[in-house]
Amino acid sequence: MSTFEFKTPVTEEDIRKVHIGDVIYLTGDIVTGRDDVHHRVAISGKEPPVDLTGKAIFHAGPIMKKISAEGEPDKYKVISVGPTTSMRMEKAQAEFLAKTGVKIIIGKGGMGPKTTQGCIDNCAIHTIFPGGCAVVAAEEVVGVEGVEWLDLGMPEAMWKLKAERFGPLIVSIDSYGGNLIENNKIEFNEKREKALEELKGKLNFMD
Amino acid sequence: MTTDLQREQLAKLVASFMSYSAGHLPDDVKLRLTEMSKIENEGFAPDIYNVMQKNMELADSLKRPSCQDTGIPQFFCRVGSKWPYLDIIEDALIDAVKEATAKAPLRPNAVEVFDEKNTGNNIGTHSPWIDWEIVKDSDVLELYFYMAGGGCSLPGFSKVLMPLEGYEGIAKAVFEQMTTYGVNACPPCLVGIGIAGSSEVAAKLSKKALLRQVGSHNPNPKAAEMEKLIEDGLNSIGLGPGGFGGKLSVMGVNIEQASRHPATLAMGMSTACWAHRRAGIRINPDFTYDFFTHKGAAL
Repeated sequence: MSTFEFKTPVTEEDIRKVHIGDVIYLTGDIVTGRDDVHHRVAISGKEPPVDLTGKAIFHAGPIMKKISAEGEPDKYKVISVGPTTSMRMEKAQAEFLAKTGVKIIIGKGGMGPKTTQGCIDNCAIHTIFPGGCAVVAAEEVVGVEGVEWLDLGMPEAMWKLKAERFGPLIVSIDSYGGNLIENNKIEFNEKREKALEELKGKLNFMD
Repeated sequence: MTTDLQREQLAKLVASFMSYSAGHLPDDVKLRLTEMSKIENEGFAPDIYNVMQKNMELADSLKRPSCQDTGIPQFFCRVGSKWPYLDIIEDALIDAVKEATAKAPLRPNAVEVFDEKNTGNNIGTHSPWIDWEIVKDSDVLELYFYMAGGGCSLPGFSKVLMPLEGYEGIAKAVFEQMTTYGVNACPPCLVGIGIAGSSEVAAKLSKKALLRQVGSHNPNPKAAEMEKLIEDGLNSIGLGPGGFGGKLSVMGVNIEQASRHPATLAMGMSTACWAHRRAGIRINPDFTYDFFTHKGAAL
């Protein structure tokens, strides 16, 4: 297990260095995008309004606060921004990677075989920020550059964030086809069968 | 006799109660997480518990919602038949949601079905969702507010088993759900199980089971035994915090039951993430209160 410090734009050379279980701290451009953004880009075929090449897409629906006064250009602050369940984006993630040139996906929980293949094909990785730790994440965001597709509502819009040493980001899918959470699930499933075997005969409340 | 003044008073109290509970976990959850962090001393687990701890401290010092997903607002009201202001409760809760959404601030999560638009203030069709129970001979309003995020709501389901599948059938379904969806639900989770005669009753009981304290036991000894067996079994799988593997999986398992039909064994399951923002308050007719899930908290 190694720890890396990356800056955006993240290069293929950077991505090739990391393997599942490594930890990354990322400085630079992070853009939020979840269900609706992935739907628009990968399924409806709309051009993303932000150039995402070499940047990170963050599966997150933040709480933002408008801090600009009436009549001034819009200015926002991040209140709370933790990762959302990445698996919801499984259907669209690989196409999203191919279309946008995103190098790092940030979310929580694992993703499936389609995304794993997408990470191989597009030299990208999926990483996990600890779930439920949204204030820690908000404090690692140093600026809000703007927002796109706000018509989707606050949680679904694309918030353009500047982050400093954003992490820990635990690499869960690497560009070589490794998938940490899928590996864990094989172990969990084996242990589940053993646990259910142990329970046999102990829940016989119907005589 | 009810007045706008009382509605305003109740709304203000509930709004501060909601804002506070968005940033602070209840005492029983904090205690269990501390206990678990001492056991989880291998792999990624200690680092994850450290970030969780730091997050709780920052949420407190910065007065922010500890998780960005503040859920779709749900209230569980146990209202005394002699509580004098029955007429104002619903309106006051709606006012409170509006106020807390703007001030805490909470994330606007109410998406109107079919129109597929976020209402922007957490108010929508049946939002907030209010569950009512009447307590006889009482003049107290006991109110639970629970912020269930999307991630920990995803494993939720209910179904009707045939009785011969037995209680083992219930356990099997819970174990399968936890090893698939549970990993994404910000473990260690609290698992709520409802057992009844039809799916909607079982589902509702599974949610009510999550309102019970972590570490509490079902008063029926057999149910308590089942809680313990499922908890130990799930822990032996070792999902660890965040699903990265560890020595434990869950904060606990709570079961609630209602009589079933002879021909059905319905089960429901709900999960709460580690950031289980469940808050309970008892409000007296003079609006003095006991914020019993968060001892010593000042609103």
